[in-house]
Amino acid sequence: MTWVRKNLILILGILVLVYTFIPIFVVILMSFNDPNSRLIYQFDGFTLHNWLNPCEDPDMCSAVRLSIGIGLLATLGATVLGTLAAFALVRHDFRGRSSMNVVIFLPMAAPEIVMGASLLALFVGAGFGGQLGFGTILIAHIMFCLSFVIVTVRSRLAGMDDNLEQAAMDLYATPQQTFWRVTFPLVFPGILGAALLSFSLSFDDFIVTNLNAGQTTTFPMYVWGVAQRGVPMQVNVVGTVMFVIAVVIVVGGELNSRRRARALA
Amino acid sequence: MASSAAVAPLAVMDPDTGRRRGWTGYILLLPAAIWLGVFFVIPFYSLVATSLFDPSGSDAKGYDMTYHFANYWHALQDYWQPLVRSLVYAGIATLFCLVLGYVLAYAIAFKAGRWKNLMLVLVIAPFFTSFLVRTLAWKLILGDNGFIVNSLQAVHILGPDGRLLATPVAVIAGLTYNFLPFMVLPLFASIDKIDHRLIEAASDLYANPITGFRKVTWPLSLPGVVSGTLLTFIPAAGDYINAQLLGSPNQRMVGSVIQSLFTDANNYPIAGALSMILMLLIVAMVLFYVRRAGTEELL
Repeated sequence: MTWVRKNLILILGILVLVYTFIPIFVVILMSFNDPNSRLIYQFDGFTLHNWLNPCEDPDMCSAVRLSIGIGLLATLGATVLGTLAAFALVRHDFRGRSSMNVVIFLPMAAPEIVMGASLLALFVGAGFGGQLGFGTILIAHIMFCLSFVIVTVRSRLAGMDDNLEQAAMDLYATPQQTFWRVTFPLVFPGILGAALLSFSLSFDDFIVTNLNAGQTTTFPMYVWGVAQRGVPMQVNVVGTVMFVIAVVIVVGGELNSRRRARALA
Repeated sequence: MASSAAVAPLAVMDPDTGRRRGWTGYILLLPAAIWLGVFFVIPFYSLVATSLFDPSGSDAKGYDMTYHFANYWHALQDYWQPLVRSLVYAGIATLFCLVLGYVLAYAIAFKAGRWKNLMLVLVIAPFFTSFLVRTLAWKLILGDNGFIVNSLQAVHILGPDGRLLATPVAVIAGLTYNFLPFMVLPLFASIDKIDHRLIEAASDLYANPITGFRKVTWPLSLPGVVSGTLLTFIPAAGDYINAQLLGSPNQRMVGSVIQSLFTDANNYPIAGALSMILMLLIVAMVLFYVRRAGTEELL
């Protein structure tokens, strides 16, 4: 009993953590479900069918492909633009710094529905109302990923000790050599983290995308559509795969940094 | 001294901040600034303009700008219910998130020891799965023949025909779940920074654990509480996925109204006005709240 009292907060914390995983267990379970009816969403029996036939509904796979494509391009765009901007903000001085900080902060704080609605108002006002699709989704995704990239890379850069760079220059490294051999490798984990965050933000976005997609269907929009008329279990296969990839990447990164810390110690 | 000599050739560096002056900064910043300017700042002006268009126009023949402020009145009159509902649901969900998130963040920061980073990773991991697929999973968990409904029926909290789906309970539960990490991460960041010695000092001075928490830990974690609640409340108020998948039309939230006014009804002026009202209400509430919490320096 005293043990429980002493560790009460840790136990409660772990319970909350378990709670966050409940739907994940359901998603994994349902990916092996053999449903009796498409309309009633419950576990009826075990099957590997969904895993062996992920593209039974070709619309789903094309939606997944589209989301991956948009996710990769949006990540590339946002990471490049955001990293440059983060370097500018940390390493360079210029006028308008504080208003720039506000412009970076606002997209993270504004409700998505307002952001999506504004963008739609712009596109329609500029006469692109009929051309909503891949291009407008990509523009929107780069826009809302950008702030997250800038903030992530900026905090990595700001927390970095510049002694190493000064040492490199003391040893007659040119500015280019210093940048590519010292600065960039040190900032790289931040850039990688920002890229992963961008991809998952882009792949998962529904509200902004739904307003600016026209007739194009991304994966979240596909799920939205089938939620009204019967969900194919393969949706849970995609959900499970996403979860496994995310866990491998984040836990792998964590173990890697632990190993490195141990090697240094 | 050696370091300042090495830096000198780079010239024009601000001695206080170590930041370089000159054109490079502007050039590096320009692409991102243009992107955010054109696709975030300007659209906001388009939205303001749209909300003042004459409602007699249409998507096809275009709208006339007549500074039709009555749009705002009409939007409020027709849609005040989903608007108020969104703020109430988001407020309740934020409160639940604060309780759950505080326990979790506190446990990770102070009790997890060497498992701190791993637990932090586990907090984020479930949220890498699709938002919509996760919400569908809740639909199953809270379903009419599910474990939770059956147990609640067995203990007579719910009547024999009682259900959770299509009720505010399900929508608020979904919102609480989906926005929890937005609460945990800022809370963790500020609880983790608290100096343990301050809490020990409180107990040395005969504060019981509850007083110690109230007088030391909680005030020091306030910055995290404020940013966590904002980061949870704002997206939750605009969300309509949970209301749509877990609720019924009686739980319709304002985001869903805005979406369908834009895409189904093609009523851009009213949709624009409603978005503006939502935005202004949120800004007003945030300013009031931040002032009450006395943490203006955060913004």
